[in-house]
Amino acid sequence: MHALDIQNVSFSYDGKTNILENLNLTLHEGELICLLGVSGGGKTTLFNVIAGLNRPQTGKVLLGGEDITGQSGKISYMLQKDMLLPFRTVEDNVALPLIIKGMKKKLARQKVGGHFKAFGIDGTQKRYPAELSGGMRQRAALLRTYMFGGSVALLDEPFSALDTLTKSEMHRWYLDVMDEIKLSTIFITHDVDEAILLSDRICLLRGRPGSITDEIVITEPKPRRRDFNLTEEFLQYKKQIISKLQ
Amino acid sequence: MKEKLRSTINKVLPPLAALLLIFLAWYCICAFGSVPKYMLPSPGDVLAAFQKDWQLMLSHARVTLAETFIGLFFGILTGFLMAVIMDKISLVRKMLYPLIVISQTIPTIAIAPLLVIWLGYQMLPKIILIVLVVFFPIAISLLEGFASVDADTVNLMRTMGASDIQIFRYVKLPNSLGQFFSSLKISVSYAVVSAVVSEWIGGTEGLGCYMTRVRKSFSSDKMFAVIILISVLSLLLIWLTHIIQHACMPWDKINQKRRNQ
Repeated sequence: MHALDIQNVSFSYDGKTNILENLNLTLHEGELICLLGVSGGGKTTLFNVIAGLNRPQTGKVLLGGEDITGQSGKISYMLQKDMLLPFRTVEDNVALPLIIKGMKKKLARQKVGGHFKAFGIDGTQKRYPAELSGGMRQRAALLRTYMFGGSVALLDEPFSALDTLTKSEMHRWYLDVMDEIKLSTIFITHDVDEAILLSDRICLLRGRPGSITDEIVITEPKPRRRDFNLTEEFLQYKKQIISKLQ
Repeated sequence: MKEKLRSTINKVLPPLAALLLIFLAWYCICAFGSVPKYMLPSPGDVLAAFQKDWQLMLSHARVTLAETFIGLFFGILTGFLMAVIMDKISLVRKMLYPLIVISQTIPTIAIAPLLVIWLGYQMLPKIILIVLVVFFPIAISLLEGFASVDADTVNLMRTMGASDIQIFRYVKLPNSLGQFFSSLKISVSYAVVSAVVSEWIGGTEGLGCYMTRVRKSFSSDKMFAVIILISVLSLLLIWLTHIIQHACMPWDKINQKRRNQ
């Protein structure tokens, strides 16, 4: 079964110029798709449509076969910035999706507490976000996204704000941890290396109005080799994508 | 810890020294100058006035403080409700916001006699005056706090399925607490002053009435004493607000420390 189906979606903010036109995309269960494209190409707009923040003029968004077009609160969404609330402790930030669903605070804390170790942020429960490093904050934000419990997650450039070293550390961690969770994920990036390294399939969002023009399947099995990004295959993928983006 | 102590000393010492110098100058003028006592009592006279009248002053202070607290309570409540309604319904904001701002140009001392004519010499007109003074900074600061919420954060809350009330409770309200407390500190001292001013106009109890009486009998020493008492009360209330703020916003200290680094 498909985790998510985006069918013929067109969207414009003003009713005249389409940002997205007849966009189709299918996400399989447990799959990780990278959405690659230039800045301002409509990637975040597409995410807002999928998350129900923007209602498309035409087309449908189906979650596990159910029509959720224009409905928010169904899909886990992580925005570009970590968006941790500065006035809540890390555990209370992470527990927020559960609390919003009506869970008692104490129980929600207990429930999220079990995941802190796997996400590499054990010991930060009672800290405030300002006390954490960028990488740690991003992990906390990812855990919060995961705690939302949706079957599909949208991640909008989750690692773009991190420095190169932290970023590659996060990639390794992501491949180890998030891959085990088998969350069906769409991931926005404009880092080609990141896209090849993490995804099962890369979709190029191009043109004005934007639509999916190409798909590249990364056949390298998961879990991936540590040195995958140094191999000849990796370079071939990179060449292929760059030539298509030009 | 040592560092903290040093920075506290650095902050406290200079104004304390200045204050001492002022007192010294004041003392010298009274001791060696030819200023009559009814115009400028010496620090010693003021202290003596305190010693003599402190029980009476405290009983008046109790009334003034009661008015202050009741006025503050209703002022904060009105300001809060006003801010919530104006935040929620933009038509109400458009209608009321300019009026509220303009209304602030009316000096309180000018409305006080009117309130006495309408509502009598009891506590009510005094409380109303304090409410009028307090609600404005509270309403405006809360409204700005609510409006300054990051739009992306609100969107994120929506994707989690949060209702308007949940967004208010988990994001907007805590987000505006800092601004709320800054304006509360101003409001608190305004409230004390307003209570005193309204007691000048009419009434039988309160520090303002006491002030009027000692002024009429040219007891400048008592006048000075009561002015100092009013300042001390205001300071204590501001300090109390500060304590409450720290208790309500434990994250503030940490975030501030990060900012300073």
